[in-house]
Amino acid sequence: MIPAAFEYKRAASAEEALALLAEHGDEAKLLAGGHSLIPLMKYRLAAPSVLIDIGRLTDLSYVNDGGDHLAVGALTRHRDVEINDLVGAQAPLLAAATRHVGDPQVRHRGTLGGSLVHGDPASDLPSVMLAMGATMVVTGPNGPREIGADDFFTGFLETAVNEDELLTEIRVPKMPDAGYSFQKFNRRAQDWAIVGCAVVVNDGQAGVGLVNMDSRPVRAAAVEAAVASGASPSEAADAAAVDVDPPADLNATVEFRQHLARVLTRRGLEEATA
Amino acid sequence: MLRREDPTLLTGADEYYDDLKIPGLAHVHFVRSTIAHATIESVDISEAEGMPGVLAIYTAEGYPGADLDLAPHLPMPLLPPHLAMPIPAKDRVRFVGDIVAVVVAETQAQAIDAGESIWFDYEPLPVVVDPVAAIAPDAPVLFEENGSNICFAVGIAQEDGDPCEGAAHITELTMTSQRLAAVPIEPNGAIAIPEGADLMYWLPSQSPISTRDALAGGLGLDPANVRVAAPTGVGGGFGPKSGAYAEMLLAGKAAQTLGRPVKWTEVRSENMVSLQHGRGMVLKGRMGFDADGTIVGFDAEVIAEAGAYPAIGAILIMFTQTMIQGVYTIPKLRYDAKAVVTNTTPTGAYRGAGRPEATQLLERLLDLAADEMNVDPADLRRKNLIPADAFPITTHGGANYDSGEYVAALDKALEAADYPAMLAEQKARRDSADPKQIGIGVSTYVEVTAPAGLHVEFGAVEVDTDGKVTARVGTSAHGQGHVTSFSMIVADMLGVPMEDVTIVQSDTDVIPRGSGTMGSRSLQTAGSAVHVASETVLDKAKQLAAHLLEASVADIVKADGGGLQVAGVPANALSWAELATAASDDAKRPDGMDPGLAHELDFDGSDATFPFGAHVSYVEVDTETGQVSLLRHVAVDDCGRILNPMIVTGQQHGGIAQGVAQALFEHVTYDEDGNPTAGNLMDYAIPSAAELISWETINTETPSPRNPLGAKGIGESGTIGSTPALHNAVIDAVSHLGVRHIEMPMTPMKIWNAIQEASS
Repeated sequence: MIPAAFEYKRAASAEEALALLAEHGDEAKLLAGGHSLIPLMKYRLAAPSVLIDIGRLTDLSYVNDGGDHLAVGALTRHRDVEINDLVGAQAPLLAAATRHVGDPQVRHRGTLGGSLVHGDPASDLPSVMLAMGATMVVTGPNGPREIGADDFFTGFLETAVNEDELLTEIRVPKMPDAGYSFQKFNRRAQDWAIVGCAVVVNDGQAGVGLVNMDSRPVRAAAVEAAVASGASPSEAADAAAVDVDPPADLNATVEFRQHLARVLTRRGLEEATA
Repeated sequence: MLRREDPTLLTGADEYYDDLKIPGLAHVHFVRSTIAHATIESVDISEAEGMPGVLAIYTAEGYPGADLDLAPHLPMPLLPPHLAMPIPAKDRVRFVGDIVAVVVAETQAQAIDAGESIWFDYEPLPVVVDPVAAIAPDAPVLFEENGSNICFAVGIAQEDGDPCEGAAHITELTMTSQRLAAVPIEPNGAIAIPEGADLMYWLPSQSPISTRDALAGGLGLDPANVRVAAPTGVGGGFGPKSGAYAEMLLAGKAAQTLGRPVKWTEVRSENMVSLQHGRGMVLKGRMGFDADGTIVGFDAEVIAEAGAYPAIGAILIMFTQTMIQGVYTIPKLRYDAKAVVTNTTPTGAYRGAGRPEATQLLERLLDLAADEMNVDPADLRRKNLIPADAFPITTHGGANYDSGEYVAALDKALEAADYPAMLAEQKARRDSADPKQIGIGVSTYVEVTAPAGLHVEFGAVEVDTDGKVTARVGTSAHGQGHVTSFSMIVADMLGVPMEDVTIVQSDTDVIPRGSGTMGSRSLQTAGSAVHVASETVLDKAKQLAAHLLEASVADIVKADGGGLQVAGVPANALSWAELATAASDDAKRPDGMDPGLAHELDFDGSDATFPFGAHVSYVEVDTETGQVSLLRHVAVDDCGRILNPMIVTGQQHGGIAQGVAQALFEHVTYDEDGNPTAGNLMDYAIPSAAELISWETINTETPSPRNPLGAKGIGESGTIGSTPALHNAVIDAVSHLGVRHIEMPMTPMKIWNAIQEASS
C-alpha cells in the first residue's frame, strides 16, 4: 500500500544523524537500506513521522582489517560483504550466510547494520554475530560504546541500541582457519529461514547461533558446551532446542522447529568439522 | 519464429492501465471490512470527509455519506438474486475484504489516508470458513433468505445404487484441492471516464468485450453508451481477471456522479482479498476395481467453496462433473456436488477451473489403489484408459470427447522419463535407507477447452487497398502471443508477410462481440474464425483475379512475390493492393460480387475440445526435514495440431510451474475467525525460478475434428497434468514408510508430520 505521510530528512554525516535523532526522539526512524522498515511502513504497521535517511553515509560503508578482527561499517551493503576478499578469507561464515539473505535485489540494497539493529529473530546475520562472538559499536551523544553480540539482541525486534544512538561498526573476530557452516531451511530461496543455524568450530570450540528459534536471535549454548566436552555432532545437536522458545506459524509448529534445529545443527557441525 | 509481441514487452514499451495519462483523473479507494462476519452498527465519516483532497465518500443507504444507488452485484446470473453482493455492503459484512465505503480523492494517497479515518462499529456474527462445516445443521448461515449455505448443486445418478457394488477392491480417499490465489503480476484495476451520457472504461481484463454488457447492466446503461477497452499491456490474468467486478461498477458510477475520470489502482494486499480465488474443493472418492484391476465403478462427492458472495466459482462443480470420468473407462459413476458460501473471498475461474480438481481426485485414487493392490501405477492406468478406437465418446459427465490417444501419451511419457531407471534408483535408495528417498509420480489426464458454450467466437479479416491485412478478434490476449499466432494464420493463408498483418482486439469500439481469452479457447475459436475468414477472402480474391486476368478460377494460385497469379505465368499477377483496390471499384468486379476484400463470421466449433496427456514427476524427499527436491518432470501434452511450437512449449512451462505451485507451495489460508493468514507474498508462497527446474516438455499431435486448425487448447494442460503427478511422486517417496496421503500444498512440515504419524 502507500505509507502514511512522513517527514524526510537526509543526514550528511553520522553526527547530523545523531543530532536529528536527538531532535525528533521516538518520532523518528533511521532509514538505511529500507528492506525491513519500508515494508512495515507500506502496511502501515510502522508510521514514523520522521525518516532520517542514512543511506548515503558512504563513510560507514567499509571492511577494514582491525588486527584481530574485521571492522565492517554498519552501512556496508550485503552484496559488498558477500564478495569482499577480506571477509572471504577471515570470516568465511559471514560471507556464506550473507549469500542466503533475501534475493540479489535485497542484497544490493540492504545493509549489515540495518539487518542487525532490526533485531529480527528470523534474520540470518544475527546468528553469525552470535556464533562468531562479534562486537557492535554504537555511537551516541556521548561518543561510541561497544556491545557484545550476546548483549545486543534484547527482545523481539529490540536491541541494546538506544533511541539516540546509531550502530556504526561491526567487529567480527578473524577466524581464517575455523570450520564453518551456515544452514538455512526455508521453502523458497528468498524467504526468511523457517529455522537456520550458523556454526563455527575453532580449535575444538564451537560457536552456534540459531535463526528463528526464539523471540530474539539466540546462541545454542548447550550445543557449544557439548562440543567443548567432546560430544559428536549428532550428540551435541540433541541440545539444539534446549532452553529456547520457538514460534509457531504457517510453516512450522514448535515441535517441527525443534526437530529442524537438531537436524540443521547436526548437519552444520558435521560440515564444519569435516 | 520470435513472437511479434516481445519487443514491446521486453522494452517496457507497452502501456498498462496505470500508465495511461488521463487529464483530470481522480482516485478511488475502497475501504474494506477487517472482520469476516458482522452487522454494521454505524459508520462515522466525519473525520474523513474534511481531509485533504477528498471529493466524495460513498456508503450504503442509511449511513452517512452519499449513496451511489447501485443494485446488488450478481456476477453469475445462474445464481439466485438473494445471493447478490450489496455494493457497498449494507447492514452486514460477510468476508474480510467486503467493501464498506468508497473514497474518491485527488490522489490515491489522499483517498487511502481518508479511508483510514472512517470508523465502523461492527457487531460480530459467528464465522464459518470451512466448507464442510458450512453445511452442518448448526452452521452460521450467511444468507437467511437462502435457508442454508448451499448455493448451487449438480450431480449424476445420485439416486442410483452404489456404483462400486460387487467390486473386489475399493479404494477410498477424501482430499482437498486447496484454495489458491491467481496472483497476476499486475493486480486488478479500472479507469472510468465519463463523456456526457457515455462511459468509457480502461480495464486490465481478459474479456473487455463481453464485460461491457455486464458493466452496462450493472450501471443501468444501454451497452451502446459504454465502451470498454484493455490497454496493450495487461499483466496476466489466469482466469479471475475476466468479468465485471463490484469495484468497476463503483468506480464507474462515482465517475458519472462526479463528472470526472476515476481510477482504481488495486494494490497487492487488496488483490489478495478482492480478486476471485481459485480451487477450494473438498473431494471424496470411492473407486471399485475387479480382481484384475479393471475399474468397475466410481463414486465422487465434491463440496466447493464459493466464498461469501457466489460468483463463477460456485458453478465450477459443473466443469468438475464434465471431467469426473477423466481418461478412464468407468462402467458406473455417481457424482454429487455442492457449492457453499463461507465467510471468505469469492471464488472464480483459475487456470483449470474445476477440471484440475477432477483429475487430482482420480489420479490420487489410481495411485492409492495401485499401492493397495500392489500393482504398478502406470500399468493400472494403462489397463483402464479409454482406447483410441472409442472416439468420439460421450462420458457419464456429458462430455463429448473429440479425439484421444491416451495410451500413446502415457507410453511416450514413460519412455522419455526412462521409467525403469527411475524405479531402479528408487529401489537402491530404499535398500540403502538413505535419508533422501526417491519418489516417482505418474498422471494421465484429459481436460476440456472452450467449455460451457465458449466454442463460438467472432473473427474478421480485411485486405486494405495498400495490400496490408487487418484481422479483428473477440478474444483479448494478455501475454498468450495471439498477435503472433493469428498473424501466422493470415500470412500463411494469403501469402502475405506477417508484419503486413495487424491484429485488432480488446476494444468494443472496433470489436462487435466476443467472449474473451479464457478456458484455453482462443486459438481454436478466434484462430479458426481468422482461418475461415482468410480462406473466404482468398476464395473471393481468386474469383476477382480470374475475372481480371481472364483465367479460370482453378488456375489462380498465390504468387511467389505476394498476391495472386495465373499458375505457371508469373507475369500474369496481381498484388494484394491491386486486388483490394479492384475489389472496391465497381467497374472492375465481376457481376454480382460485393465490394471489398473482407469477411467476418462467428466461428462455431460445435462443441468444446479435449486435450490430454501424461506427466511423470521424479523427486527426492529429505525424510529428515520433509524438503522436496524436484529432479525431473516429463510432460507429454497433446493439444491437437500445433500452430506455433514455441508458444505451445511456453504454455506448458508456465502451466507446469503453476501446477507445481499448487502441489508444493501455494495456499490461501484463514484463521478460525475468517482472517486471511496468507494475504501477502511473504506468506502466500508463489515459487520463483530458484525453486523450480526446467521441465521436459513433449507433444503428441492428435487433431481435433471440431475446427479447421485441428487445434485444442494448451493454456491449462500443464497445470492440470503436473499437480497430480507431483502429488503422487512426493507421496510415493515416503509410501514405503507407511504414508498413505499428504494434503497439498505438501510443505516440509506436512511431509515430516506424515512420516512421524506413519511411524508412530
